[in-house]
Amino acid sequence: MTSDPVETQLTVHDPDGPVVAPGHSYESITEKIGAIVITLRTPRHWWIGAGIAFLVVNMLMTAIAWLFWRGVGIWGVNVPIAWGFAIVNFVWWIGIGHAGTLISAILLLLKQDWRTSINRFAEAMTLFAVACAGMFPVLHLGRPQVFFWLFPYPNTMGLWPQPRSPLLWDVFAVSTYGTVSLIFWYIGLIPDVASLRDRAPQMWKKRVFGILALGWRGSARHWFRYEIAYLLLAGLATPLVVSVHTVVSFDFAVSMVPGWHTTIFPPYFVAGAIYSGFAMTLTLAIPLRKFYHLEDFITMRHLQNMGKVMLATGMIVAYGYSMEAFFAYYSSDKFELFMFKNRTTGPYGPFYGLLILFNILIPQLLWSKRVRSSIPALFIMSLVVNTGMWLERFVIVITSLHRDFMPSAWGMYYPTKWDIMTYIGTLGFFSFAFYLFVRLLPAISMFEMRDLIDKKAGKQVVH
Amino acid sequence: MAVYGLMAEFEEPGALLHAAERAYASGYRKLDAYSPMPIHGLAEAIGFTRTAVSPIVLVGGILGCISGFTLCWWMAAVAYPHVVAGRPFNSWPMWIPITFELTVLFASLTSLLAMLGLNRLPQPYHPVFNVPAFARASTDRFFLCIEAVDPVFDAEGTWKFLETLNPTSVAEVEP
Amino acid sequence: MSPIDAKTGREYWRSLEELADTEEFRKFVDDEFPTRSAEWLHQPNRREILRLMGASFALAGVTACTKQPPERIVPYVKQPEGVTPGKPLFFATAMPLNGYGLGVLGESHLGRPTKVEGNPDHPGSLGGSTAIAQASVLGLYDPDRSQTTIYRGRISGWGKFIAAMGMVRAEQLLSKGAGLRILTGTVTSPTLAAQLDEVLKTFPSARWYQYQPVHGPKADVSPVYRFDKADVVLSLDSDFLASIPGSPRYARDFISRRRLTEGQSTMSRLYVFEPTPSITGSVADHRFPVRASELDGQAKAIAAAIGLPVGAASYKHADAIARDLKAHHGASIVIAGDWQPASLHRLAHAMNEALGNIGNTVVYTDSIEARSEDHVASIKELTGEMNAGKVEALLILGGNPVYDAPADLNFGDALSKVPFRTHLGLYNDETSEKCDWHVNEAHYLEAWSDIRAYDGTATILQPLTDPLYGGKTAHEVLATLTENPDQTSHDIIQAYWRGRHTAEDFDAFWEKTLNAGVVPDTAAKPAQPPKGTSETQYAAALNPSTMELIFRPDPFIWDGQFANNGWLQELPKPHSRLTWDNPALISLGTAQRNSLQNGDIVELDFGGRKLRVPVWIQPGQVDDCVTMHLGFGRRRTGKVGDGVGFNAYELRTSDAPWGGPGLRIQKTDGRHVLATTQDHHAMEGRNIVRSATLEEYKADPKFALKASEEEFQARSLFPSFEYNGYKWGMAIDQNACIGCGACVSACTAENNIPIVGKDQVSRGREMHWIRVDRYYAGDPANPESLAQPMLCQMCETAPCELVCPVAATVHSTEGLNQMVYNRCVGTRYCSNNCPYKVRRFNFYLYSDWYTESLFGLRNPEVTVRSRGVMEKCTYCVQRINAVKIEAEKADRRVHEGEIVTACQQACPTQAITFGDMNDQNSRVAKWKALPLNYTVLGELNAKPRTTYLAKVKNPNPEIAQG
Repeated sequence: MTSDPVETQLTVHDPDGPVVAPGHSYESITEKIGAIVITLRTPRHWWIGAGIAFLVVNMLMTAIAWLFWRGVGIWGVNVPIAWGFAIVNFVWWIGIGHAGTLISAILLLLKQDWRTSINRFAEAMTLFAVACAGMFPVLHLGRPQVFFWLFPYPNTMGLWPQPRSPLLWDVFAVSTYGTVSLIFWYIGLIPDVASLRDRAPQMWKKRVFGILALGWRGSARHWFRYEIAYLLLAGLATPLVVSVHTVVSFDFAVSMVPGWHTTIFPPYFVAGAIYSGFAMTLTLAIPLRKFYHLEDFITMRHLQNMGKVMLATGMIVAYGYSMEAFFAYYSSDKFELFMFKNRTTGPYGPFYGLLILFNILIPQLLWSKRVRSSIPALFIMSLVVNTGMWLERFVIVITSLHRDFMPSAWGMYYPTKWDIMTYIGTLGFFSFAFYLFVRLLPAISMFEMRDLIDKKAGKQVVH
Repeated sequence: MAVYGLMAEFEEPGALLHAAERAYASGYRKLDAYSPMPIHGLAEAIGFTRTAVSPIVLVGGILGCISGFTLCWWMAAVAYPHVVAGRPFNSWPMWIPITFELTVLFASLTSLLAMLGLNRLPQPYHPVFNVPAFARASTDRFFLCIEAVDPVFDAEGTWKFLETLNPTSVAEVEP
Repeated sequence: MSPIDAKTGREYWRSLEELADTEEFRKFVDDEFPTRSAEWLHQPNRREILRLMGASFALAGVTACTKQPPERIVPYVKQPEGVTPGKPLFFATAMPLNGYGLGVLGESHLGRPTKVEGNPDHPGSLGGSTAIAQASVLGLYDPDRSQTTIYRGRISGWGKFIAAMGMVRAEQLLSKGAGLRILTGTVTSPTLAAQLDEVLKTFPSARWYQYQPVHGPKADVSPVYRFDKADVVLSLDSDFLASIPGSPRYARDFISRRRLTEGQSTMSRLYVFEPTPSITGSVADHRFPVRASELDGQAKAIAAAIGLPVGAASYKHADAIARDLKAHHGASIVIAGDWQPASLHRLAHAMNEALGNIGNTVVYTDSIEARSEDHVASIKELTGEMNAGKVEALLILGGNPVYDAPADLNFGDALSKVPFRTHLGLYNDETSEKCDWHVNEAHYLEAWSDIRAYDGTATILQPLTDPLYGGKTAHEVLATLTENPDQTSHDIIQAYWRGRHTAEDFDAFWEKTLNAGVVPDTAAKPAQPPKGTSETQYAAALNPSTMELIFRPDPFIWDGQFANNGWLQELPKPHSRLTWDNPALISLGTAQRNSLQNGDIVELDFGGRKLRVPVWIQPGQVDDCVTMHLGFGRRRTGKVGDGVGFNAYELRTSDAPWGGPGLRIQKTDGRHVLATTQDHHAMEGRNIVRSATLEEYKADPKFALKASEEEFQARSLFPSFEYNGYKWGMAIDQNACIGCGACVSACTAENNIPIVGKDQVSRGREMHWIRVDRYYAGDPANPESLAQPMLCQMCETAPCELVCPVAATVHSTEGLNQMVYNRCVGTRYCSNNCPYKVRRFNFYLYSDWYTESLFGLRNPEVTVRSRGVMEKCTYCVQRINAVKIEAEKADRRVHEGEIVTACQQACPTQAITFGDMNDQNSRVAKWKALPLNYTVLGELNAKPRTTYLAKVKNPNPEIAQG
């Protein structure tokens, strides 16, 4: 993709400001980003933050140990509400992951160069979110120790999984998603670890990064194949990310539970995923740029764009909600009608109210440029949307199940302390993993930044 | 052979691009250019215009697609046939999600492997690293290396030729 | 639309829980993540306690090994002789309850009794049974049963006891037994009666008293009712379908006049007057909630309308009912409840007489009981004697008077004044505690005895196993007062019958009798009906100004003797669907007036005696009447029953054994968690139970199918699977279902279903494979009450199967929806996707894998499930396959009626039928062809194999129902 002057003009004079602060050289960028990893002392705030996160990880381990010892009964699940926090959290985490892939793949295809400085840690976010998400379907099993029975492997009993079940689709979708995200992330890392290899002061660091770099030397031929492969991966990841949350939504849509059995689910789940994903990216980007002084690379332009994406996807989600209501009314199906009435005014009605407030009403503030350009406002907004999206999954899973077809079997769901500990625990796991990432690997893609300022400066010869 | 080749160092991507084009024009074929980020047109400049990555990935994708569908059909209709919810053994519409996922999975894996494989990576040793200045090849320096195996290569002539590209420096590359 | 949909006038009210917006709900709205009591090890639930018992039991060094008794016992006729490993044998015997016997067949696997079924040859059963009978087998293996003879708290021995009794005998012989007293429950056992006579002959001045908490008034002649002949039945607070001797038979007879499955076009009509909902009331065509104190007056009003010389204020429906009764002269029944005073029984008798029912539908026989008397008076007298110091030696044969005698008698204190007191009992209970001698009683499944049924038919009880803990019977204890004190009950029983048997070959008679389970022609002879009843002075109507308290036996725990039976504790009560508790039942009106909500603790003050209990708002309960069920709040029965519920006996006095006016209730600020298995009783306009009146049915026999589902039935994207071999299906006649819960109990016994304890039930984790849903419609004060057995519907396009990722639930080629426990990983998706919510999940290790004594109880044909797997009804696949194997050996198809599921077999009214839908002559195929047949939630197009016959009621057109 050769940069044309027109685009350069546009981006340079962008009303929202530049994507890279002026006055940076190849050297300065590489130094600023690389130093965090190879030369700078580990800052105190890192030790504090990572320490707290590590404690929370231990809480997670406790909760899991107890779960294995006593059984899934320690959670609030029951009949009829056989899925509780575990599935809520699973969908929530998977959703968060999606922004990473979206930023790195879709925005790449759309030539959105502002993605460059955020895609690396957005992809890391994807990986860790998928890891958190992946825990829950296993932990929520009645017999988690035999989770591998869900994989098709030859066994002496001659048993095989049942490919009509959306849960099996999940197994394939989530594991594929995890693998592809990892590949994409690693390919992106190769040239950067090569730089670190060449810059690292100590020999052992050179060795470690050397191994990771696979002997990368920046040959023109390599770059040529590299970029094709990278583009292909982006092209593959884009439909993948859409398919993953579609399959996740099938877990509900394929069933016959009123409130789950809806054709709107796939698009509206994908939109919701991107929504919460961008919210989480903001939640991470704002502290990151502050603590590591990366304001030059993660500029207001990025924050504002992410705000805009949130506004857009938020509107799609709002459309999804209204369609649910419309379908219930238009189908005139007594179960659907009751479900919607119960969802909005039943015992869990307050949650529905909160979710409308968090996901639809409050985000409308993003229309205002003042809000979009206020960092605290954006940060709070990102937290609000994250909560709202968690509530959405809670409302979908719980309120649909707790009063379905047979009034005689209706029930209520109350999470136990173990449900909550497990959920908080995964938050800790996520942050701990992220702390390790920013400390051990370049949080921003250095070679793409070089490429970027190169273009911005219009240095390249135009053919 | 005494040397692996001669290497010229440049400060600007543009300079490297020009140099590469000039070198190619003067008949050099066994040469390579090194840069800290992709420079568009550079590979073409040294006469490298086609690669097999895409076709390989296509094959991988097709393989994934076939294996995905076959797996579902075989599990449900051949290896472990049971009446499930009154559906036929081969209820093919339900095989599509897994088929799709495996297509993407196989294609992605092949794209990684194809890129590394064709690039002969991982490669623990390469002569260009013997040039001390080359350490900056991954930061802010640009290099053109004409290899000794090139038929047109001759130590003096090539050195002089490289000088004419006004590089910041020219160096010999130990094999 | 079915009538229920159509009737827009009658609106279905939402669950009282929500209506009342209870604590739980507010709490929920308040904090974002409300949690109930958390999960910690040191909060053991009942199941863990059961497990703990295992340890103590193992220490006792007793194993679950059982062996057949040394004496020859005779298998039931329809079974092969002798033991074939893997093939169960059936032995005919009888389950005693309240002194009366219910004929049952005990199933024995290599000498292990594992289940009881009704005995088809027994007049009191006809193959049907009750929830209590089904659960009685658990009582045999209960590790908390008393296991030794105990003297003053120390383990003693039978020999020592005989010696002690020898001394008592010697002493008492001198005084002709002046100080000897015997206390039993109701005695119908011919042998025991004869033994008592003998003892009383030996000790002329000795006295024999009877007491059991649940017993009708004294009756010199016993009525036997012929509900199969009755066109109109008027029940004056009698729960004849569920809680009187002979109920299973009465239910069968009554329902035979109600079902429309065999081409009948007429139905009998049932009027019920009662203060608190009963099984009988819930199937009535007209149920009139009346205060206990008003019942007498209204009964008189009807009597007067019939033409009896009773002065009575008239009452709105009296004339209509009287007309209806008179219109069916000689074909009606008026029946009074056991808990009603003798005066009302006399009135009922007078009405029957006037209606010409005597000899037709009401047959009087000699009293079935060895000696019928007023039990309360009897124990009152005994207590008086004990306090007066007249009693030197007291034998308490069964029963638990210290716990259940009227509170005002302070029986316990009186007892301690007796120098020599001994107690025979299954448990080392409250009474044993106060006696110096305790003899561990033999469970009826391990005992030789005999007993009479409601109609006098005698059955000889034969043991299925040698007593697990060498328990003794009343016969053996009583024998210790004779010259040869050490007789076995087998010899005693056989001796008695040998004496009675005149014909030549006694052994043949003995064989035949044991094998059939009934002693030929022992039914009581018809007797002269009581005379001159219609002149009797009736008790004056009580003044209904104050609140009233009503005592009833608990439907399952009964008078408390089954308190340690986990199956019965966890069996949801027919109306409230409550488990593990006996709250005070109050009406919605009473609740609103006292601003009470379910679970609020109130203080009941009845004649100065106080008791703190939680309340439960029971639709159909009459205002200002509070019902307390007996049998809870046990102090000494076992680890399952101790401290469960509240002891209503503390309020029960000898002058008001069944309650009365003068109750004061005071709200306290306490709360009590009540574990119900159904907290929503409204159908929300979904035609789940479809019902109509007989007129509506005649006008439109297909009323139940008006709903739009047939058109759905045809539609499917996929070609449907062909079932060419067997095609198992089930049909349930909701006209026949009385909601007694026998099916649930039977399923629990057959399928090794674990109990989970109150805490888990309150979390919605009960494990019953079949449940009896209870729906209410109409006015909460007196709602239409509909029971619906709900079990796996075996959908042909089962939603559960589609979503299982590991094919742990799949369809068999005969249409069974099978659950493969070993393959299940526990995603629970199947349960979510089951529209009927009939799947059950082992959230913990619910099955007791540790209590050794319970191993013997298990049905060896059914897997004992482990933690983390889903389970559900299998249509008793183990029974299906057992029959199929036989059929294949004989190279034939399975015959109609050969396969009987556990629920079907237990059902006293034959409401459930099961069979091969491909066999056009099968009962199930015929039922499914009836116009009444419909599918629950058919519009979902899951094509269930279980279908239902719509309910038809037969109200009196003259009486407009509110």
